[in-house]
Amino acid sequence: MPNMLAVCINGKECEVEFGTTILEAARKMNIHIPTLCYHDDLCLSGICRICLVEVDGEKTLQAACSAPITRPLHIRTHTEKVRKARRNILELMLSNHYGECYTCFRNQNCELQKLAKEYGVDSLRFGHVELPRHTKDTSSRSIIRDMDKCILCRRCVRTCHDFQGVGALEAAFRGIDTEIQTFLDHPLGDAVCINCGQCINRCPTGALRERDRSDEVWNAIDDPQKIVVMQTAPAPRASIGEEFGLPPGTSITRKLNTALKMVGFDYVFDTNFAADLTIMEEGTELLTRLKDFIVDKKPVSLPMITSCSPGWVKYCEHYYPDYLPHLSTCKSPQQMFGSLIKTYFAQKIKVDPKNIMVVSLMPCVAKKYESDRPEMSASGFKDVDYALTSRELAQMIKETGIRVTDLEDSDFDSPLGLGSGAGLIFGATGGVMEAAIRTVYEIITGEEVPFENLNVIPVRGMDGIKEAEISFQKTKEDWKFLEGKTLRVAIAHGTANAKKIMDKVASGEAQWHFIEIMACPGGCLGGGGQPIPTNENIRKARAKAIYDEDSHLNIRKSHSNPQIQMLYNEFLDHPNSKKAHKLLHTTYTRRGKI
Amino acid sequence: MKLESQTQNIARAVKRVCDEYHSRREKLLQILEELNELYGYLSEYVMKEVAKNLDMQVSEIYGVATFYSFLNTKPKGKNIIRLCQTVSCELAGKQRIANALENELGIRFGETTPDGMFSLEYTNCIGMCNQGPAMLINDDVYYNLDPEKAVDIVEKYH
Repeated sequence: MPNMLAVCINGKECEVEFGTTILEAARKMNIHIPTLCYHDDLCLSGICRICLVEVDGEKTLQAACSAPITRPLHIRTHTEKVRKARRNILELMLSNHYGECYTCFRNQNCELQKLAKEYGVDSLRFGHVELPRHTKDTSSRSIIRDMDKCILCRRCVRTCHDFQGVGALEAAFRGIDTEIQTFLDHPLGDAVCINCGQCINRCPTGALRERDRSDEVWNAIDDPQKIVVMQTAPAPRASIGEEFGLPPGTSITRKLNTALKMVGFDYVFDTNFAADLTIMEEGTELLTRLKDFIVDKKPVSLPMITSCSPGWVKYCEHYYPDYLPHLSTCKSPQQMFGSLIKTYFAQKIKVDPKNIMVVSLMPCVAKKYESDRPEMSASGFKDVDYALTSRELAQMIKETGIRVTDLEDSDFDSPLGLGSGAGLIFGATGGVMEAAIRTVYEIITGEEVPFENLNVIPVRGMDGIKEAEISFQKTKEDWKFLEGKTLRVAIAHGTANAKKIMDKVASGEAQWHFIEIMACPGGCLGGGGQPIPTNENIRKARAKAIYDEDSHLNIRKSHSNPQIQMLYNEFLDHPNSKKAHKLLHTTYTRRGKI
Repeated sequence: MKLESQTQNIARAVKRVCDEYHSRREKLLQILEELNELYGYLSEYVMKEVAKNLDMQVSEIYGVATFYSFLNTKPKGKNIIRLCQTVSCELAGKQRIANALENELGIRFGETTPDGMFSLEYTNCIGMCNQGPAMLINDDVYYNLDPEKAVDIVEKYH
């Protein structure tokens, strides 16, 4: 029985465990205490002081987020002293904060702005910064830093170091000189940043944001010469509704199709189609590696690791360059799609690919960097011209005045608009693995995976690292070498977990054959380009929406997608064919750790 | 070739210092202090080598190195003069000492003389509050200063 203590907050009484923080106790009692540097996903910091409360017997106000309860306490959360202190803190922060709210992309979604309103800040008592003191860092393909708006809460630093294990950002210097910087204040584009954008999602103000490409996309839409093709990834469809006031976990796939057509996109396709294609290519690649290893005794790089997540790919390039051969050579679904549109689809509709613009809706900031990679142009054209985040597209739709929630449903266009449920679950951690298992198992044994309703439960859920085993019985003639063998797989999400997995691979301790790694916690649905805020509960709600949608689809296995079969018949011949290799596979670059 | 051997020497020296502290993360400050002493400042290369040895992110090393005013991330003069700027020294006439030092050396606070002999900086309290104004030159403490005395002391370091 843990040591329970009586706590009284604002006259309400409650018993809490020894060591519970005042903030946790207050939340349990449904009493609101404002926070700013505190974030559900991150370790405690206790530096912004906005959560100050009055504790009887303590001389000074206490920071509720980081003050543990170690004796019975009487706490008051809105005395005059507390209210004055909070307003003071806000006024001091605002005295150092440059920028006008109405020109800020976080207008009406800014925690600083919200608190200033909540605590009645009606004048800038300590003055206001008149001119910018920093230049915006626009060096990165994905992330823009505007340090004039930074309030030094260090959420980005904790996200980068602890949550993601990357460590591109750090608080440098001290006191009044403190700034959030990269190593030696190098431009972010040259730092070890993996572009995951998790920092954007944690930033309480507008100091961090994605590189906005919506103007370029509007130009393409307005240009009558251009055919603008949109592909939508699975994760944003389960989250973009949040930008329009819907609760997390509301999937609006088909309404979004209607909206996108109204915005002016000529074709709306489904990235799930390319996800299915990825499974065909990657699954074949895995089986080939296994065959080379077992039958031909060739030296191959096992375990094979997925390459769908551009944040993870860049992490691997920086931190584990020696293990790049372990990455699947498959491009991510986004890039496969782009390259098919500029070849297969261009031929079909008889249009010069130079007049086709491919725009993608992604939950991801790193996709911007990925689409700008020089090697992503096997067709002779840039595979994907612009990658938009859920936030940017929501902004574009808002500009049109279209009310997405009131629209009729409509389907994707043909022939690249049919995706299976396997492609859909790419949006959640474990999804790629589940999709791969559904297909690979059936290729080898001719039977469906031995899980109820095709739901491979062991690879689902929000555990940082998941493991599963599948053994093959009654294998088909071509795959006899796998008879009785067990395929061991692992899944990690968040690069901090990826590091744990990779260290095991590096030490030789790992016994896995196939690993799925996603850079963002929760997988794509928790991506850096998703609506703000994101936290554990929101991620779970989005995951549920994605799995629910999968369970209601007729086609739930990548290889059963008729449009995929048609694509191979008409264009690519067979998985991992020469043509497929040229268009759908890629190479990686060794990068430094620093 | 020469440059290469120089960097190798630095890498070896950093490794030696890190090994002394068993490359433990919590010994970072001591390691940086020693290397700061050895080279006068912590260069980009030194910080990267420390990060490698301690299996830390180089940005963390940079954060620590910039936090402490006695660690330098830029080259400094051979002698570092640190004048106390805290209240009691301020009241005891710090400003006159500051003016005299700036005149004598021909540089402002935060700068280094062109011959690389002196860097001039402010420091917070050095515990000489009852005998201010006070300053440090490298590790030596001088107190009860007046402008003439301060200039005489500095001359001894030429």
